[in-house]
Amino acid sequence: MATMTYREAIRSAMADEMERDERVVVLGEDIGLYGGTHLVTDGLLDRFGPTRVIDTPIAEGGFTGAAIGMAMMGMRPIVEMMTWNFSFQAADQIIQNAAKLRYFSGGQASAPLVIRGPNGGGVQLSAQHTHSLEGFYAHFPGLKVVAPVTPHDAKGMMIEAIRDPDPVLILEAGALYGTKGDVPDEEFAVEFGQARVAREGSDVTLIGYGRQVNMLLKVAEKLQDDEKLSAEVIDIRSIRPFDEDTLVESVKKTNRAVVVEEQWRWFSVASEVAALLQEHAFDYLDAPVERVSGAEVPAPYARNLEAAAFPNENQIMDAVRRVAYRRV
Amino acid sequence: MATTQSTSKKRKATSSGANGSKPDLPEVPAEKLLEFYRQMVYVRLFEEACQRGFRQGRIGGYLHVYIGQEAVAVGLLDAIQEPDRVITAYRDHAHALLLGSPPNAVMAELYGKGTGLVKGKGGSMHLFDVPNKLMGGYGIVGGHIPLGVGMAYAMAYEKTGGLVQLYFGDGAIHNGAFHEAANLAGLWGQSGLSPTLFILENNQYGMGTSVERATANTDLGSKFDSYGIQHEKVDGMDVVAMYEAAHRLSEQVRTTGVPFAIEAMTYRIAPHGAADFLEKYRSKEEVKEARQRDPIGLLEARIIDSKSGDESTLEAIREELRPIIEESVTFAEESPEPVLEELYTDVYADS
Repeated sequence: MATMTYREAIRSAMADEMERDERVVVLGEDIGLYGGTHLVTDGLLDRFGPTRVIDTPIAEGGFTGAAIGMAMMGMRPIVEMMTWNFSFQAADQIIQNAAKLRYFSGGQASAPLVIRGPNGGGVQLSAQHTHSLEGFYAHFPGLKVVAPVTPHDAKGMMIEAIRDPDPVLILEAGALYGTKGDVPDEEFAVEFGQARVAREGSDVTLIGYGRQVNMLLKVAEKLQDDEKLSAEVIDIRSIRPFDEDTLVESVKKTNRAVVVEEQWRWFSVASEVAALLQEHAFDYLDAPVERVSGAEVPAPYARNLEAAAFPNENQIMDAVRRVAYRRV
Repeated sequence: MATTQSTSKKRKATSSGANGSKPDLPEVPAEKLLEFYRQMVYVRLFEEACQRGFRQGRIGGYLHVYIGQEAVAVGLLDAIQEPDRVITAYRDHAHALLLGSPPNAVMAELYGKGTGLVKGKGGSMHLFDVPNKLMGGYGIVGGHIPLGVGMAYAMAYEKTGGLVQLYFGDGAIHNGAFHEAANLAGLWGQSGLSPTLFILENNQYGMGTSVERATANTDLGSKFDSYGIQHEKVDGMDVVAMYEAAHRLSEQVRTTGVPFAIEAMTYRIAPHGAADFLEKYRSKEEVKEARQRDPIGLLEARIIDSKSGDESTLEAIREELRPIIEESVTFAEESPEPVLEELYTDVYADS
């Protein structure tokens, strides 16, 4: 085991795969000479040269589309979205081409590319630079969407994504690039479609992904102390494909669930999870599934307003108290 | 079949290089001219059969036929070599047929049958024949242009020695995707990493909006100047002009890895799509005038003038083609619909 940051974990996955497979290239804005806005790709240009670490102009649609073309010809491009906020510029390419190529070509063509970058808010970037797009992209059949929270999963999912024959979108927890964790020394990958039980418990299931998982772990400790409730925390981590079984099994045990997300509630991941649980675990639920989501506003700038726009520990505690029929 | 009648009012085919060159057209052997004729009539007859199928309600969705533009694809695809690839927009039947897709499979695709080229999943706008180098027809105007540039990068990166023939219409040149992709191609070409032959099929209309109503700079080829990409206007109604340009410029693009753009000056004689019956955006006179330069008529005149063949030679070619087209229609009509299990396949590699 090595201890590395989330950022280093992603970089080491890309470097390992580039070492292993010459078809793997990286492209995006300021990823080479500059080292990457978030320094995720720092050092790769020196190691692999400019035909494999390709600095692009600021034209997300163009270079994402070009990466799809490369993938169609058998390369394994990794596109860095400087942040997922800019992916709207490339949404036509991602949705209309990458997601559907295999289907409308009758299986003749495919786009095995990875698009990765930071997702979500929390650093006062206001409305245009703050989005959580997992629900948006996971809506489209043909895409795979994952959101790792630990350095271990960041590396393992990146490796899995590069080797995957279909387009994979990695929504990184941008606020966590500097956080550290254990990562195996040996080659490994994290299979998609498997949720992770981040903490075992018996009274309530807390469900989330991305940086919310860390908050849920803190809340679980608090619940133990304040309410004597044992919370199980599940990190969804793979949004599409989705692991229903782990969630359903947990709820069969705890009979209560709270789903937390940073994105807006309407038509969101938490809403889908709530629907799945009522379909598959209805007889086991002792309370309606609670959703704790972002405020239905464009993200604000001011520190206090931004904090109020995202789920916080108190909101989650209250939601748990409600499903456990405790005093709020 | 009026469209293949010999035209007496043949105009002299012109080919003027936008960058100053004005290549002389080569003497083309009789058998080559007759082969071009066969291919152009093949496409024309196929497209006319498609129009009938659409009117009969047997072809669904959208239908965009290539009538009037045949010389462009026929001339250009003559220059295709083994490692090359082709990508185009939704007016794609000709490209598939000329690259070798079986006409039965193409027609069956339009009829939405399981025997179709892409198993009935794409229809008219999404013909793919990867073994025959066709990397697809695409339905979003401009959206496929970045793909073509990426394909070219991959081909240079893998040192295949091939190029990408990247077709798009005049409507697409106003789309951001074109500009972003052309910029990348010009940039990557500086390192020899963009063997892209852009083919701007300027048929004068983006749907119903004429070039003049779409841009203040109507010299569409000049848009490539912004990206450091050389370009040349070629008479897209003259298959020999297209053929000459295709061979000369393909060789250049293949050996340098630097992109080049051909602006094929052509005309869409048929309506934009099968649902475009009113054609309020252009006059009947204009279409009639364009028919005087029907590329098939021009070629017939060239064949006869050069004594490469006579009317009976041409009729024999048409006679040879008719049963092939008829057979494709019969095949499409009689083929079974896709099995319902196909609904869920090809979404992911393992689905």
